[in-house]
Amino acid sequence: MDVAILSRIQFFLTVSFHFLFPPLTIGLGVMLVIMQAFWVKTRQPLYHDMARFWTRIFGLIFAMGVASGIPMVFQFGTNWATYSRFVGDVFGSPLAIEGIYAFFLESGFLGLLLFGWNRIGPRTHLFSTCMVALGAHFSAIWILVANSWMQTPTGFHLVRKVKVAASGQIFPLTASLGHTPFTIKEVPLPAGYVLRPEDLSNVRAVVDNIWDVILNPSTLDRISHTLAGCWLAGAFLVIGVSAYYLLRNRHVKSARSSLRLALVFGAIASLVMFVSADSTARGVAYHQPTKLAAMEGLAQTQKDAPLGLAGIVQWQRNAEGQIVGVKEKALRIPGLLSILVSGNFLHPEKASETVVKGLAQLPSDEFLGRRYPGASAAELAKIRPQYWPNVPVIFQTYHLMIAIGMALLGLSFLGCFLWLTGKLWDNQSRPIRAFLWLLVGSALLPIIGTQVGWMTAEMGRQPWIVYGILKTHEAVSPVLKGPQVLSSIILFFLIYALLLTLFLFLLFRMIGQGPQETVTDKTLPEGWQPLTLKEGRQTRGGEV
Amino acid sequence: MSLDLNTIWFGLVGILLTGYAILDGFDLGVGGLHLLARGDQERRIFLNAIGPVWDGNEVWLVTGGGALFAAFPNVYATVFSSFYEAFILLLAAIIFRAVAIEFRSQRPGHRWRATWDAAFSISSLVSALLIGVALGNIVWGVPLNEYHDFQGNLLTLLHPYPLFVGVMAIVLFIMHGNLYLILKTDGARQEKLRRWARYTIPAYLLCFILLHVITVSTCSQIQAALPQRWWLLGIILALSLLFTLNIWRETSNGRAGWAFVSSCLSILTLMLLVGVAIYPNIVFSTPQIAHSLNIYNGSSTDKTLRFMFYVALIGVPLVLTYTIGIYYVFRGKVKLTDESY
Repeated sequence: MDVAILSRIQFFLTVSFHFLFPPLTIGLGVMLVIMQAFWVKTRQPLYHDMARFWTRIFGLIFAMGVASGIPMVFQFGTNWATYSRFVGDVFGSPLAIEGIYAFFLESGFLGLLLFGWNRIGPRTHLFSTCMVALGAHFSAIWILVANSWMQTPTGFHLVRKVKVAASGQIFPLTASLGHTPFTIKEVPLPAGYVLRPEDLSNVRAVVDNIWDVILNPSTLDRISHTLAGCWLAGAFLVIGVSAYYLLRNRHVKSARSSLRLALVFGAIASLVMFVSADSTARGVAYHQPTKLAAMEGLAQTQKDAPLGLAGIVQWQRNAEGQIVGVKEKALRIPGLLSILVSGNFLHPEKASETVVKGLAQLPSDEFLGRRYPGASAAELAKIRPQYWPNVPVIFQTYHLMIAIGMALLGLSFLGCFLWLTGKLWDNQSRPIRAFLWLLVGSALLPIIGTQVGWMTAEMGRQPWIVYGILKTHEAVSPVLKGPQVLSSIILFFLIYALLLTLFLFLLFRMIGQGPQETVTDKTLPEGWQPLTLKEGRQTRGGEV
Repeated sequence: MSLDLNTIWFGLVGILLTGYAILDGFDLGVGGLHLLARGDQERRIFLNAIGPVWDGNEVWLVTGGGALFAAFPNVYATVFSSFYEAFILLLAAIIFRAVAIEFRSQRPGHRWRATWDAAFSISSLVSALLIGVALGNIVWGVPLNEYHDFQGNLLTLLHPYPLFVGVMAIVLFIMHGNLYLILKTDGARQEKLRRWARYTIPAYLLCFILLHVITVSTCSQIQAALPQRWWLLGIILALSLLFTLNIWRETSNGRAGWAFVSSCLSILTLMLLVGVAIYPNIVFSTPQIAHSLNIYNGSSTDKTLRFMFYVALIGVPLVLTYTIGIYYVFRGKVKLTDESY
């Protein structure tokens, strides 16, 4: 099988497994900071027990995140060596910064968070928790800087390595100059230069302005959008587990407090999500129109473009089986996509006149014309579908993400409303019980949401690995063979399947045990919990 | 040797990888000794000796990888795609090691714990071996073509020299972990670990001497570098030997702390030797030495190197400060508490 396809499968497998955990630790990290801050402020044992319980769960999830994350930083080199060489000057920096400023911070202070309970004072401990949460956020920020550059590359130019003879004459890198002395120099290529496969051994992208690389057009949108998703993941994990305790009438006091904190946090996060989602999609419309057309399954360029809610989009194929377009059966709101793309919500009439480009015109003739000089319009139309991402799939992932986002917004606000009206604690009434069960299930929603959102972003970028510059299938390691990648995929799959099973088993077991009530011991400084148990956390509460 | 940005970054990546070898070195060594511990109590003490710090120690490797990518993308691409199987195995071992530490403590059952004990120990040994093999290949050289693409397979990488360096890494880390555990334990357990050190230190000393004899007598790239900087290499080697012998002396005199420091310095000088011997090359190409990757043909542009230098200049002291602070908090003997692994 094709090394590029296999490498994509492997990257998908490893990154999506990894991406199950960081959103949870990022969101839960903020929840831990809130819980501990309440504890330090009020000194109520309730908050202490809550924080301690969620710290244990945090530790388990974090370990999975670390274990699955280590391969990520090396996979660009193992499977995508051509990519690494081509973009290393630009793309390596955010990864290195992530290591120095994020990983050290979170992993270093994690030791204090998990094991510092009796060694350092509560305030220092709260500080450590803040540093872990901050590190987790920095990590997300820098990896999104790197990924956003792949989506909307700016701040760089292409250079070609050439041989310069002593006489000043320039030769291609591959030319043999015999015994003539030469030096190797890099000469800039004109803007808009179209890469050819044979260029990849001597052309690379180099930084013009590092701040343009870091703050590329999609960075800020995608950071706020992804972080909001992560906060939702943490908030809804706490919401789901607390709702479960309420339904089971266990740890009621602690569950109510946790639920309140998490509902407020979830409501704030879903508002941030709402605003950032709108802004992110508008950025996509502007910078990656093909991706937007694919996400919406929009076939033709039009004004009054409709916004899809749900449905099916399929490839339209000609007699030879080649893709020529899309056919769709979807529920749509007329004109809304145009309004959203324009962002002019005050004048919807005027906004709906906004033209949104469809797949039949994307990528533009001008863009394709540069790649295929001399090709006629009809030929370009035939080539065009090769430059589309997988529309049927990302239409679904995109709309599932939106549906989940809306559901989370609704659930968190409904939850806040029921709590503020005092109805939420009546866990005998049938509608409230039903709502609580809904909350239990909703713990999964942000996980699914972040996964399908990520798929939309990454699959929507195809066929490019660096948007509009370098194609994914040209970027793999030249030395790799199919069987090598196939066996590593199988290895990763087996390991991850085993780990996921064990992780879920242990997570549910921890949730089953629930928070531990503090036994006050006056001999310890500042009211830390006593060291009563000698056999470690597995034996707490006698649940062996 | 001029101090340009490429040289500085050669040093910085070296510092990160040396930090990894010193810090995760004792974690891996403790893992290697783990199955020799008798009883759950003792194994928990071993595990919790590294408990609060192993995670941060592993970051040195990840950041070393990131820094290599940023500063020497060509090297990063060549090394990781060439050593594909070895790195995939290393990653699998690192994954298992990380989760074994976390999972083991979650359930009290004997079989559960025995399974994760084995996973932890074996993955630690495999990690140490593969790290040594990778380093051995860097010193020995690998076949590269003019585009710096690897021209071999897994068997190319597994010839005697790198395998010996792999074994050497295991022995070194086990001794290093042994010394660390002496620091973190007391009483009869510490006595037992001191007895172990009577075997682990001489074993390392033997490997140390063998390594240098074999390297000087067989490594063509190192032999080529010797005439140019024999004095510098000689001084570092002498220091390295002194530190290594000092491990034995300090341990015999019961100064566990200084023994551990000497062991750290022994690793530091070994890494320094590698760096000085291969500079300015990073990956030797054999047999065509002209295709080697060095700090110039493998590097990013000066602009990136300069920016990242400032980034590191601010970041690394910060990291060192709080890392030292965290080690200070967890100083002293291991006490098993409620939150321990």
